[in-house]
Amino acid sequence: MPGAGTGAPLVELRGVNKHFGSLHALRDIDLSVEAGEVVVIIGPSGSGKSTLCRTINRLETIDEGTILVDGRPLPAEGRALARLRSDVGMVFQSFNLFAHRTVLDNVTLGPIKVRRVRPGEARDEAMALLERVGVADQAGKMPAQLSGGQQQRVAIARALAMHPKVMLFDEPTSALDPEMINEVLDVMVGLARDGMTMLVVTHEMGFARKAADRVVFMSDGAVVEEATPEEFFTAARSDRARDFLSKVLAH
Amino acid sequence: MDAVLESIPAYLTGFRVTLYLTVVSGALSLVLGTVLAAFRVSPLRSLRTIAAALVEAGRNTPLTLVFVFFVFILPGMGIVLPLGTLPAVIALTVYTSAFVCEAVRSGINAVGVGQAEAARAIGLGTVSTLWLVVLPQALRSVVPPLINVLIALTKNTSVAAGFAVVELTATGRGLARDYPADVVAVLLGVALFYLLITIPAGAVAGWVERRVVFTR
Ligand SMILES: Nc1ncnc2c1ncn2[C@@H]1O[C@H](COP(=O)(O)OP(=O)(O)O)[C@@H](O)[C@H]1O
Ligand SMILES: [Mg+2]
Repeated sequence: MPGAGTGAPLVELRGVNKHFGSLHALRDIDLSVEAGEVVVIIGPSGSGKSTLCRTINRLETIDEGTILVDGRPLPAEGRALARLRSDVGMVFQSFNLFAHRTVLDNVTLGPIKVRRVRPGEARDEAMALLERVGVADQAGKMPAQLSGGQQQRVAIARALAMHPKVMLFDEPTSALDPEMINEVLDVMVGLARDGMTMLVVTHEMGFARKAADRVVFMSDGAVVEEATPEEFFTAARSDRARDFLSKVLAH
Repeated sequence: MDAVLESIPAYLTGFRVTLYLTVVSGALSLVLGTVLAAFRVSPLRSLRTIAAALVEAGRNTPLTLVFVFFVFILPGMGIVLPLGTLPAVIALTVYTSAFVCEAVRSGINAVGVGQAEAARAIGLGTVSTLWLVVLPQALRSVVPPLINVLIALTKNTSVAAGFAVVELTATGRGLARDYPADVVAVLLGVALFYLLITIPAGAVAGWVERRVVFTR
């Protein structure tokens, strides 16, 4: 487990509870992610994985508990919250590239407007990032002209351009055609190898086995089990996890 | 027909006032209406409430009553506005802003929430998110309803005729009195001058719409 157990955790959730009306979406979540660690969250649909991800950059507020990023509690609003969000990269299931801006502008917008990087410099770095995720030749196009796999790789470059301390991925490959899944996963494996701290909601076991330090299994808003990928996929302890795995593996 | 031709200088004077009321109130309404729309989608409940109250008041009050308020009631309460077109511009702006706000707001709502979430996720604040990401995309669906609002405004400026502003309609009324035999022709002349504003507005709308769709 590279990075695990060294110093304070980069992301820490303590006793987090969240309701949507009468629905208890997150139940007493305790979770920490060390610097350099890659944590995969897995669980049935509706178990609260997206909600958990979104609370970490406060796209979703919580009712109870504490969330610390790099040792500091999440600011409630305003400039401080915006600054925190710029340190936490987020990749969405549906890419959410800015539809009215070119690929290159998607990547430079944050650095220029938030980090106040000079446009020329932002552009050079954006091109390097687009190169790294393999879509540099698409820089001048509009997002709608790209395939899903290319769009998601641009979205990863856009998040990386902010030099985030941690990256959150919410089912980054579930909206993709099967033949495009690997091009995105390969980029993510590369990031993990380079030491990026990552929290990844995914059902891609290949990715979990290759890149994850730890698998967290969620069900009905609660963390049911934490284990190494090998332990989890071969000998899950809880009935709910075994039940879930039998359904997923059957496919 | 002679009556109309002889009256062209009078028409032009009235037309200039109508055009002035339309352009100035239109520009102010676009700004105020967009600000109100930003308030209505803001995370602050107090701003949302204030904007919603103003918009409902504007949308549900007859324009004549809005004029009465600014021309008679406010001065009665000791707030004296200079006479002339200013009270008319204020009344038209307050009224039209409510409709601009609703058009812009529906355009904002047509932009997927994912766009604003992605903007916030890279650290853009509320205003930057709106200005750089949401509004430019809202524009495409906002232009046609906005043009309708501005065309309605053009015609609504005629209410000012009842409040001592000699614009196109007031001019027409005067001319009808001077040429009782040619009332129909005189009033058709008035209608023509309104078309001089509304038809180009429609053409501009079509052009902007095509442009915005192409750059997608
Ligand atoms: N904005 C919301 N309003 C109400 N209910 C929500 C909202 N977002 C999610 N939920 C509910 O919360 C539960 C957890 O959702 P989610 O975190 O999206 O699950 P997952 O990502 O594991 O599929 C689901 O029952 C979902 O219907
Ligand atoms: Mg989800």
